[in-house]
Amino acid sequence: MALLSLAHLYAARGPCDVLHDISLSVAAGEFVGLLGPNGAGKTTLMRAALGLMPARGEANLAMLDRRARARAVAWLPQAREIAWPVDVETVITLGRAPHLAPGQSPGPADRDAIDAAIARMGLDGFRTRIATQLSGGEQARVLIARALAQQTPLLMADEPTAGLDPASQIGLMELFAATAREGRAVIASLHDLGLAVRHCSRVIVLDRGRIAADGRPDAVLTPDLLARVFHISAHFVQGSDGPIFQPLGVIR
Amino acid sequence: MPVLRRASDLAAFAVALFCAAAASAGPPERVVSINLCTDQLAMMLAAPGQLVSVSHVAADPRVSPLAEEAAGFHLNRGQAEDVHALQPDLVLAGPYTSRYTVDLLRRLGVEVRELPVAGRLADIPGTIAQMGAWLGRESAAEALIAEFEAGLARLTPEPGTRPRAVLHYANNYTSGAGTLADEILGLAGFVNIAAEEGISGGGTLAMERILMLAPDLVITGQRYPGASRAEAVLDHPAMQTLRARRASGVSDADWVCGTPHVLSALARLVSLHAEVR
Amino acid sequence: MRFPLLLAGLALLVVALFAGSLLVGPAGIAPARALAALVRGEGLAETLVMREIRLPRALLAVMIGASLGLAGAAMQGYLRNPLAEPGLIGISGSAALGAVLALHTGLAAAFALALPLAALAGAVVAVGLILALAGRTGGSITLILAGIAVSAMAGALTSLVLNLSPNPFAAAEIVFWMMGSLADRSMVHVWLALPFMAVGWALLATLGRGLDALTLGEDAAATLGVSLTRLRLMLIGGTACVVGAGTAVAGAIGFVGLVVPHILRPFVGARPSRLLAASALGGAAMLLAADIAVRLVLPERDLKLGVLTALVGAPLFLHLIYRTRREGL
Repeated sequence: MALLSLAHLYAARGPCDVLHDISLSVAAGEFVGLLGPNGAGKTTLMRAALGLMPARGEANLAMLDRRARARAVAWLPQAREIAWPVDVETVITLGRAPHLAPGQSPGPADRDAIDAAIARMGLDGFRTRIATQLSGGEQARVLIARALAQQTPLLMADEPTAGLDPASQIGLMELFAATAREGRAVIASLHDLGLAVRHCSRVIVLDRGRIAADGRPDAVLTPDLLARVFHISAHFVQGSDGPIFQPLGVIR
Repeated sequence: MPVLRRASDLAAFAVALFCAAAASAGPPERVVSINLCTDQLAMMLAAPGQLVSVSHVAADPRVSPLAEEAAGFHLNRGQAEDVHALQPDLVLAGPYTSRYTVDLLRRLGVEVRELPVAGRLADIPGTIAQMGAWLGRESAAEALIAEFEAGLARLTPEPGTRPRAVLHYANNYTSGAGTLADEILGLAGFVNIAAEEGISGGGTLAMERILMLAPDLVITGQRYPGASRAEAVLDHPAMQTLRARRASGVSDADWVCGTPHVLSALARLVSLHAEVR
Repeated sequence: MRFPLLLAGLALLVVALFAGSLLVGPAGIAPARALAALVRGEGLAETLVMREIRLPRALLAVMIGASLGLAGAAMQGYLRNPLAEPGLIGISGSAALGAVLALHTGLAAAFALALPLAALAGAVVAVGLILALAGRTGGSITLILAGIAVSAMAGALTSLVLNLSPNPFAAAEIVFWMMGSLADRSMVHVWLALPFMAVGWALLATLGRGLDALTLGEDAAATLGVSLTRLRLMLIGGTACVVGAGTAVAGAIGFVGLVVPHILRPFVGARPSRLLAASALGGAAMLLAADIAVRLVLPERDLKLGVLTALVGAPLFLHLIYRTRREGL
């Protein structure tokens, strides 16, 4: 069953459509990289799919009521906002909110989910640390742990690797891939095509609000598409330990 | 005008005293009063046509016992410009009239006389005589003084107990020792608890203190139109309860100025005294 | 757990200050007699003093203090800004304008509930304006500027209404409406304010989980199952109810909603939901303390409550602005 399905989705910002006729579906087990140059509509596509902004067309998540949606999908916005100096465990516990009735406090199942998320993100020593005092990379991990604790079949993340060091970026991509292999699905917008190529099971390329390509990374990222959409040339080979993608230059 | 109904037919014992103060070049012909208390005395003493204008407060029945009479005069707002436009040869003011107004009028060549406040009943004949002298109406003043003193002599409470009274105005303001209101209370046979509490002149007395002192009579200030928090204390449930259990009265226009009208206030208090006893 | 202990401690403080408030006053009644008068109605004068003057005063301090603390914590949680406070951003001032209009048009005299209702309407307009101007993306600067504009407008119109009043005392009462006082209020005011406040408290108390989720931003909160539209409506309604009713009977009292959440935030682990309950208790304690202080410092004069709360709150406000600037918000 498709965890995300969009049919003929249009979204406008002001008088202009920024999404044109988007149709796609994502099933369990997929790790989808959402690619595209700045302004292609990646964030808009995800927010419209979630029902966070007005859109025309069909989006299965947007049609759910807000509590059902919160159990169907976890969303990591690009802005890593933690407004108050709360501790790490408090932030991660917020991920359990959709599973609690009004006034109910977290039970053993919730504790397990929180502990699992903390363990997965390597935050065991951080539980009582104040989240706002952590480094940017540590904060990113805390927020991802919050999304994992939400235990939804689908996880959507807007540029989750931005601002992370190389090891953290690779670690995060491996984590998402593993999550997908466990039978969930992950959709992440990415700028690093090399990371996408190595870790994603599928990439969707957006160009000026339309889907320019959709499929396996090695099938999609052809020199022609790279030139047309990204205006770059690249070196792309199958190495012994997986695909290697290196952008080389800008095509004017 | 009613106060002019009696010609001078009484002994002129005070005349000599005040003649010296009389205007030298004949009585003024266009008099404008810009103070509530001078308004009242001028209305009672002036010759017909002599008084041109009184202050607009004189026409407010809440503070002026002569509001009806005042309605027959031009009403001024006490500002130099509108007063000067009336071309007065004498302006009557009180000690609390704006200094700027008085100074400006004097610079414009208008004669301004300031009548001191009658702080005691004993001061009242003096202020009447003073006003009479300024207006050149000495005999009318004598008559009024005689009438006032006769009235005062008639109003004495029956001797005996002295019930305790309090004056409760807006903002918990009260009149203590040394005030005209305190003297009126005393003359009517009451003890002013504000004076007992050590308040001299005007001051405030907390509602809690008033309740604890449990006065036999509560004289309440009167209410103005429109709402104010200052007057809300007058209608506080605790004060309403107190007034319902004790005697109560209202401090009205007759209490405001040291004029013969205080006799009306005194007369009502004397009858309240008889009730409370 | 630390949180229940904190609430219990604050509740004890409120009870102690409430008792203190009942025992302070110019009547100088001994505690035993005061208690006998309050509970059993012994002594006419003492009973009147305790039941009609001091009890409503202490009750109003608790009610209004709790309201201001709660509203401050809720506004701050929603706007994710520690500078948001009903008094500072003009909500109290607009509520005062509504109250003054009801009083001076004679509406309140004709129909008692018109007073809190008009204040509530004034507060709704102000909260709506502030959220519209500074709600979604506005930072601290927008919030403070919007607050200055709303406060200035409300203050000027309040002065105008009072100056047009035929009542000679009314014009002098701008200070009461701008600074607030609990002197000489009665049970009438308690009953006038209580229903609105109860509704407001109930509305604001439900916001806890939504405000917690908002810590992560609006999008994250929305996908955690929070209805932002509902949250905003409840916040506007709840804040307007409590601030409107409080201002209608006691004038605009500033800074309580700023100081109390700021002091208590570290003790609740900065969690907006826990800050709501703690700030309600803390606000009650602060206003009770301030109201005791105004009676002890200048027993003869009606020293305005807002003077004391501003003396404590304004330096803290400056400090917060300085810190906000340093953090480049």
